[in-house]
Amino acid sequence: MKARVTVTLKNGVLDPQGKAIEGALKSLGVEGIDGVRQGKVFDIELGTTDKAKAEAALKAACEKLLANTVIENYRVELT
Amino acid sequence: MKSAVIVFPGSNREGDVLRALKSAGSQAEKVWHAETELPKGTDLVVLPGGFSYGDYLRCGAIAGRATVMDAVRAHAARGGLVLGICNGFQILCESGLLPGILMRNANLKFICHRQFLRVERNDTAFTRAYSKGQAIDVCVAHGEGNYTADEETLKRLEGEGLVAFRYSDAQGHITADSNRNGSMNAIAGIYSDKLNVLGMMPHPENLIEDLVGGTDGRGLFESLVSSFPKAA
Repeated sequence: MKARVTVTLKNGVLDPQGKAIEGALKSLGVEGIDGVRQGKVFDIELGTTDKAKAEAALKAACEKLLANTVIENYRVELT
Repeated sequence: MKSAVIVFPGSNREGDVLRALKSAGSQAEKVWHAETELPKGTDLVVLPGGFSYGDYLRCGAIAGRATVMDAVRAHAARGGLVLGICNGFQILCESGLLPGILMRNANLKFICHRQFLRVERNDTAFTRAYSKGQAIDVCVAHGEGNYTADEETLKRLEGEGLVAFRYSDAQGHITADSNRNGSMNAIAGIYSDKLNVLGMMPHPENLIEDLVGGTDGRGLFESLVSSFPKAA
């Protein structure tokens, strides 16, 4: 089984990196972009075929390490 | 007094902090991050600055979950003293020993310069050699020092007097210019609820010798040493 975990900053948390990227896109002349928020993507290989076990492992991975829930949200997709 | 300086892969300020501790009169030794216990009789644990694990994932995230941190948490829970400087502060936040997080500096730049700090209180084990409101001249060197916490946490830190240091000018005034990394309320360092854990971004260990331009950092190490009776 494989999974993709996406970690993003919570709404309202200032994202200076996203702002810098937004500014760079503007200076490149890319039009129509109103805002950029930067996040992280983790592609994870799981050693189990049990969906419930996989979900439990991914939740633990996110809560314990992948996301800092003070400022970040995470989303898990099993594929 | 006995200090343990924890070394992670990528720590690089352990030598400076060992020197500062020893020159203030503490015994001090390095402890590798994979240890499960602290040396017997450890009074103070120091998490030094650097770039543990290359700042991968988030600054301090991986070090904050290292084996030795269980022993550090137990030491703190017993009321033992813990000091985290720069990356050490980031590790304390990631390990749950201190609230909040250090985010990328608001101006996106790595900052490295001399910096005045205002000492917010001088009744703790870390600051008794200073006076309240004193502006001390130390330095900063970091890319992620922008202290951020939710509104409730910030209110609690302020309400309970847990802010240790703020970025200030030479007179101790908090100005927009002195808060170069954009930290909330110009916070440069905070204490835990019981005042036994201190995390701070600036480097007091850099300014302990006239030879390198100042000695204002010494007070912090002297405060710590004076908190313990001298060994016979």
